[in-house]
Amino acid sequence: MAKSVIPIGPYHPLQEEPEFFTLTVDGETVVDIDIQIGYNHRGIEKLSERKTFDQSTFVIERICGICSTNHPFAYTRAVEDIIQVEVPERAKYIRTIIAEGERIHSHLLWLGLAGHFLGYNTVYMWVWKLREEILDVMEILSGNRNSYAMFKPGGVRRDINAEDIPLVIKKIDSIIPTLTRLKKAIIDDPVLHARLKGIGILTKQEAIDYCALGPTSRASGVARDVRKDAPYGAYDRVEWDMIVTENGDVFDKVVVRILEMYESIKIVKTCLQNLPDGEIDLNIKDIPPGEGIGAAEAPRGETFHYVRSDGTNRPARHKVRAPTFMNLPTCKTTVIGETVSDATIILAGVDPCYCCTERMAVRSIKGKKLYNGQDLIRLSQEKTETIKKKMGIK
Amino acid sequence: MTREELLKDIKDRFKDDIIDFIDTSPTRVYIEIKPESLVKAATYIFKDLEARFNIASGVDTPSNIEILYHFSIEYLNVLISLRVKLDKKKPAVASLTPVFKGANWIEREMHELLGIDFIGHPDLSRLLLADEWPEGVYPLRKDYKEWDKKAIRDRGV
Amino acid sequence: MKLTLRALLKSPWVFHLSTGSCNNCDIEILDCLTPRFDIERFGMLLAPSIKHADILLVTGSCNRKSVIRLKRLYEQAPKPCLVVAIGECSMSRGIFIHSYNCPLPLDKIIPVDAYIPGCPPKPEAIISGAVKLIQKIKGTL
Repeated sequence: MAKSVIPIGPYHPLQEEPEFFTLTVDGETVVDIDIQIGYNHRGIEKLSERKTFDQSTFVIERICGICSTNHPFAYTRAVEDIIQVEVPERAKYIRTIIAEGERIHSHLLWLGLAGHFLGYNTVYMWVWKLREEILDVMEILSGNRNSYAMFKPGGVRRDINAEDIPLVIKKIDSIIPTLTRLKKAIIDDPVLHARLKGIGILTKQEAIDYCALGPTSRASGVARDVRKDAPYGAYDRVEWDMIVTENGDVFDKVVVRILEMYESIKIVKTCLQNLPDGEIDLNIKDIPPGEGIGAAEAPRGETFHYVRSDGTNRPARHKVRAPTFMNLPTCKTTVIGETVSDATIILAGVDPCYCCTERMAVRSIKGKKLYNGQDLIRLSQEKTETIKKKMGIK
Repeated sequence: MTREELLKDIKDRFKDDIIDFIDTSPTRVYIEIKPESLVKAATYIFKDLEARFNIASGVDTPSNIEILYHFSIEYLNVLISLRVKLDKKKPAVASLTPVFKGANWIEREMHELLGIDFIGHPDLSRLLLADEWPEGVYPLRKDYKEWDKKAIRDRGV
Repeated sequence: MKLTLRALLKSPWVFHLSTGSCNNCDIEILDCLTPRFDIERFGMLLAPSIKHADILLVTGSCNRKSVIRLKRLYEQAPKPCLVVAIGECSMSRGIFIHSYNCPLPLDKIIPVDAYIPGCPPKPEAIISGAVKLIQKIKGTL
């Protein structure tokens, strides 16, 4: 049978960053994938060299709206690594609270979209409604729904008011029952088991070879988490567990993310209850020449920043590595050999900041259009329906 | 293996290749190495010491083009950065992609943004920049000048 | 007012395009569709293809690679097509104004009908912007 080429992307009506995938298919099976990025390249590394150390935090916050805490977190740690200082205890706790709140909302966002791709639009609406509660919490704590602007080299910009804490804890507690119901609905659902188990497997060896990070590697049994390996913030002062599963398929990636939300809720609550008193900022004035490295565990994996200072008030070089940069190439092994209807969710399983899946068109090599973009999500949703029918679930 | 044993092991094994060894803090080590022994050292650190390759950062300094390969050794919480200094006129170094696949994209990126040639890389095609971007213009070099006459800058520059 | 424009106001379908944004605006647009804000009650729906859409929502700072796609999508859109710039980046490129990869602001590339400022604009602001756009076309603003 003639091989066909499916371009996926770069624009997707649902949302988010454009990326461009080209799938080569043989009948139903994917035989090759090529990934093209750059639709989002804004030259932030160069821009950061034009700004002062303090201004840079605002630029790098806009690398990604979903991980808008973890980039400044890694960057401020890199600057603090140059000066060799420790931030005050209270600032550490505040940073941890903001970072974990963000992890909850990011995982919820992913879960909702994954539900949409599988044809579970109810999950999508439910989860995003739940996510609003977390955004409310973040608005109370930082003043903004996204892009919190809380971080600065040497501490945090804003303090958490003592009178807000009971309200925040109440709000966070209120999402647990719904989250548990969702967890049961997803983890115990036989249709999802049939749909997600055993597809898109990333083996442990491949995860190591590709240097995969975050939930993508933890689902493959590679226990890798900056929060445990090189503790920063207040992560070594609170009790929490790293979630690791063995199979490496999409189902495990879902499970890891759901269970991680519970850990994050635990961390936020403990930090809020044990918030120490004291200064929140070191008021750093000068940054000596030198080089520093900072890493932080973002919802998708480790963010890594390398900053070099030449003694002026601007960074001489600022290198940013986002987790998807390492995770996305793993699609090369996970998608090949799977069917087209599964490709959507496997690509989504990495949590690559989505755009991949829509405005795709299936073309045969002669250029005749066979399917358009919406059809691929439909294919994915129909497969779920077929499995449901086979099981006799309505 | 403790941290001291690890560093001593690296020092002994590559004593002819190491140019400079900076031990800044308990978790950070910077090792400057000859460009021709990069593959040997990186393979040892990645395969035998079971380190994780974080990323490589290319830096344009006044005298050289530097590449830092960052490896983290998670069980010891040490971050080793291998530094190679390349000639500014024609920067080229051996590719690490045959050793581990994680180096593929970052080498493509550095080739594109800094103009470093990676010998032995399977596919150095463009990753980030547009097709209209002229050849031989590298945005992350310090001497980069705006080449596009149509670009509108209404606040300075 | 043209009949085509008046028909469009009943239930404007939107298509969303990110030209190198940081996702924040894009997420807030999606947020408008979810139960808390539910912009669908005004007949607004996210269209799967530009060929079904009446309004083009543009976010992001128009980088070189995506500008080509932006122009192509605008040509494909059935006219009249309204364009809304969402967020600071698509209005003036905001913080990315000095970037080597963002040469032109959006309104120098395609005509823009409404601007919604903010980094990111809150869902309430987006809804208010949509209302103002409709008022502008009706001539009641």
